[in-house]
Amino acid sequence: MNRYPVWKYVIILIALVVGVVYTLPNFFGEAPAVQVSAVKVGVKVDSGTKVQVEAVLQTAGLAADMVTLDGNSVKARFGNTETQLRAKDAIQKALIPDPANPSYVVALNLLSRSPAWLTALNAFPMYLGLDLRGGVHFMLQVDMQAALTKKAESLAGDIRTSLREKNVRHSGISRNGQTIEVRFRDAQTLEAAKEILLDQFADLQSVDALDGTDYKLTASIKPVAALRVQTQALKQNITTLHNRINELGVSEPVIQQQGLDRIVVELPGVQDTAKAKDILGRTATLEVRMVDESSEARAAEGGTAAVPFGSERFLERSGQPVIVKKQVILTGENLTDAQPGFDSQTQEAVVNLTLDAKGARIFRDVTRESVGKRMAILLFEKGKGEVVTAPVIRSEIGGGRVQISGRMTAMEATDTALLLRAGSLAAPMEIIEETTIGPSLGAENIAKGFDSVTYGFIAVTIFMCMYYMLFGLFSSISLAVNLLLLVAMLSMLQATLTLPGMAAMALVLGMAIDANVLINERVREELRNGASAQAAIHAGYDRAWATILDSNVTTLIAGLALLTFGSGPVRGFAVVHVLGILTSMFSGVFFSRGLVNLWYGRQNKLKTVSIGTIWRPEPDAPVASK
Amino acid sequence: MEFFKIKRDIPFMRHAIIFNVVSLITFLAAVFFLFSRGLHLSVEFTGGTLMEVTYTQPADLNLVRSTVAKLGLNDVQVQNFGTARDVLIRLPVQKGVTSAQQSVQVMAALKAADASAVMRRTEFVGPQVGDELAADGLKALASVVVGIMLYLSLRFEWKFAVAAIIANLHDVVIILGFFAFFQWEFSLPVLAAVLAVLGYSVNESVVIFDRIRENFRRYRKMNTMQIIDSAITSTISRTIITHGSTQMMVLSMLLFGGATLHYFALALTIGILFGIYSSVFVAAAIAMWLGIQREDLIKGGAKKEEDPNDPNAGATV
Repeated sequence: MNRYPVWKYVIILIALVVGVVYTLPNFFGEAPAVQVSAVKVGVKVDSGTKVQVEAVLQTAGLAADMVTLDGNSVKARFGNTETQLRAKDAIQKALIPDPANPSYVVALNLLSRSPAWLTALNAFPMYLGLDLRGGVHFMLQVDMQAALTKKAESLAGDIRTSLREKNVRHSGISRNGQTIEVRFRDAQTLEAAKEILLDQFADLQSVDALDGTDYKLTASIKPVAALRVQTQALKQNITTLHNRINELGVSEPVIQQQGLDRIVVELPGVQDTAKAKDILGRTATLEVRMVDESSEARAAEGGTAAVPFGSERFLERSGQPVIVKKQVILTGENLTDAQPGFDSQTQEAVVNLTLDAKGARIFRDVTRESVGKRMAILLFEKGKGEVVTAPVIRSEIGGGRVQISGRMTAMEATDTALLLRAGSLAAPMEIIEETTIGPSLGAENIAKGFDSVTYGFIAVTIFMCMYYMLFGLFSSISLAVNLLLLVAMLSMLQATLTLPGMAAMALVLGMAIDANVLINERVREELRNGASAQAAIHAGYDRAWATILDSNVTTLIAGLALLTFGSGPVRGFAVVHVLGILTSMFSGVFFSRGLVNLWYGRQNKLKTVSIGTIWRPEPDAPVASK
Repeated sequence: MEFFKIKRDIPFMRHAIIFNVVSLITFLAAVFFLFSRGLHLSVEFTGGTLMEVTYTQPADLNLVRSTVAKLGLNDVQVQNFGTARDVLIRLPVQKGVTSAQQSVQVMAALKAADASAVMRRTEFVGPQVGDELAADGLKALASVVVGIMLYLSLRFEWKFAVAAIIANLHDVVIILGFFAFFQWEFSLPVLAAVLAVLGYSVNESVVIFDRIRENFRRYRKMNTMQIIDSAITSTISRTIITHGSTQMMVLSMLLFGGATLHYFALALTIGILFGIYSSVFVAAAIAMWLGIQREDLIKGGAKKEEDPNDPNAGATV
């Protein structure tokens, strides 16, 4: 009755093999590496870059252990830090010809030393949280009210333009908070305006009222549209942050949305918070200027003459120089949106720009006078300008809707739009949480967490083996398997391991032993009541199971609640806690039974079980066990 | 080895009143301290800036204090953290100053005063986050309570659910009372520990309830009090050994986990000790006073598990 069918052993074996494979990467430690990633949106890191890096290393005579393409970065692993530093220099020299205008970031990094076959199985070491590896954590709150106000402002401008186009005479448009108020003299124009609003502004809802002798139309952004504005603002801010953080050369930055209006930024390894904050808070500016098309400027473009007075020389993204006038026509403030799209007639890839009312007016005036000339859109960051695009003005552009077209691929259009939008944050952000952890503290925390788990585990094992003899040993082995499976699960899921997570690991091991204590006590009790050895094992496991299930469910409820409502350290704790409870059910009951069955199950005439003292109240009772 | 050589059932329930009075007094004391002293909430809940700085020599706290005070910051707390060389500085949220830059300023000043100062950790939490964390903590607590009560009501009966929750919630209050009395820092990991303890000590009550149910089925002649006594007696060795093992782990955290895990482990220790007490002495007694009966537990189950000695087995009216 205490035998497992073969398939149960097969399951145990598979679980063990999988557990060992996915736990292994954690033992190899980390090796110095160099990581190459793109700093500009237009630059892609692909297999070509990988070949390039490999070639550079070969010519420099530096042997890399491994060069991999991982997502959008190329990583090369080295045997020691010296090679790593030399490789960094070599790659930097080869890939970045102009240090003032880098298209790649070459950063030092640490990579798991685990062999390629493990990496091929997607077996990676556990992902360590910032408190274990050091770094900076920011939580930014996006000011959504400001985003909505901005949207309302631009809509107010659009309404003004539309009404003028349709010759609807109003006596004033103003933005009041996030609502737009339009005044009219008579009911007829009010009706006409309402028609236009209904027709052209799907995002707005309006109510009209009599205000003195005037009619007042109050329009507000629909909740659905407001939500869309907020999601877009958040997305744009995340994109902007991505671009900026790329420049920091952080090896594995995490930029995540949290909730509806928050962004979490984690920069492992970064210690200089001041610089990080500076970069996060920096605003890039966008400027629209005219291209200087005088003959002197043409000559300067070719490099044969000096740049004419009143003009400046900038580079296009392709590296082509452009001479641009110093006078600024528009700034990024007037640009409300930039989206990639397709021209409805030519099917060409285009970038659609939306300007606010003021921008639209200026733009119309400028374009009317400069048909056939080129204008340049410049992006300034860190005080350095770059021409994003320099299209030719084909006709007068009114209404604030600008289309940039001309021999672009869809990809280029997307990148240009992104760059134009990246120029500004959609809504201001505020740092509401910031944590910096020094690298020494991180290493110390790992050691402390590790010690806690190890010594606790050893103490429990010694006690179990002394108290329950062979059954105690089985329980201890099950506990070790529990730890193995837990680490494997954490590695597989790439859940973030933090110091509270390591504490949860220790705690869950302490709790997991409960299942085995329940079983062992039950088996002893059955023996005490005179059951045969085999029957006692059977009954012990069977009866204890219901109790184990009940008690684990209650612990699980607490764990899940922590997971749902917890954030930061609580979440780190809860993930390990919940996973540990699940693995303990497998190891504590299923696996330990397997061990017992393997050992005792085949002995038909089993007389004694090594489970420690079976004490009976009757003084004359025979001792059933050693 | 066998620690528990118990000849006959221990009459726990005879002294139930005394145990519960002890429990009630501790509980009331905890509530009193919670209200009179309040919890010493960590920077995560209150908002503010926390800095951990380490020196090569044992740190001169007065020098640190005066250095920080020179910056014109008020209500600054400076204390040792873990070792004499580590210093923990707490700066409250200050109006007008961009809090995120405070730490940079303070660090520069400390470096100027003593060049060996090394920043180990800074934490800045805006006031809006703190309120949310407190609210989330309460939500988590509420959902644990509701979840466990629902499960126990389904699995056992509402009387058990009520008894288990009362017994274990009072553990939670007692842990908080300890934190209030000693003014230990109540941080997010401590909150996690408190909730984990709630789940953990409920499972203690579950083990005893399970045994009570089993005994109701097995021993038809015993009265409720005897049944409970027998259930507690037969599970007491498991209770002590399990908690002992868990406590070994927690002790290991307390000894080796360092200052960060100190209060976490402390909360668990108190939770485990009071968890034993409340599950054994309080939960079962409350269930008894709520009037649990054999009929409550053996509704469907009784038909399957009939006593073979019962001459009327299987008979229905």
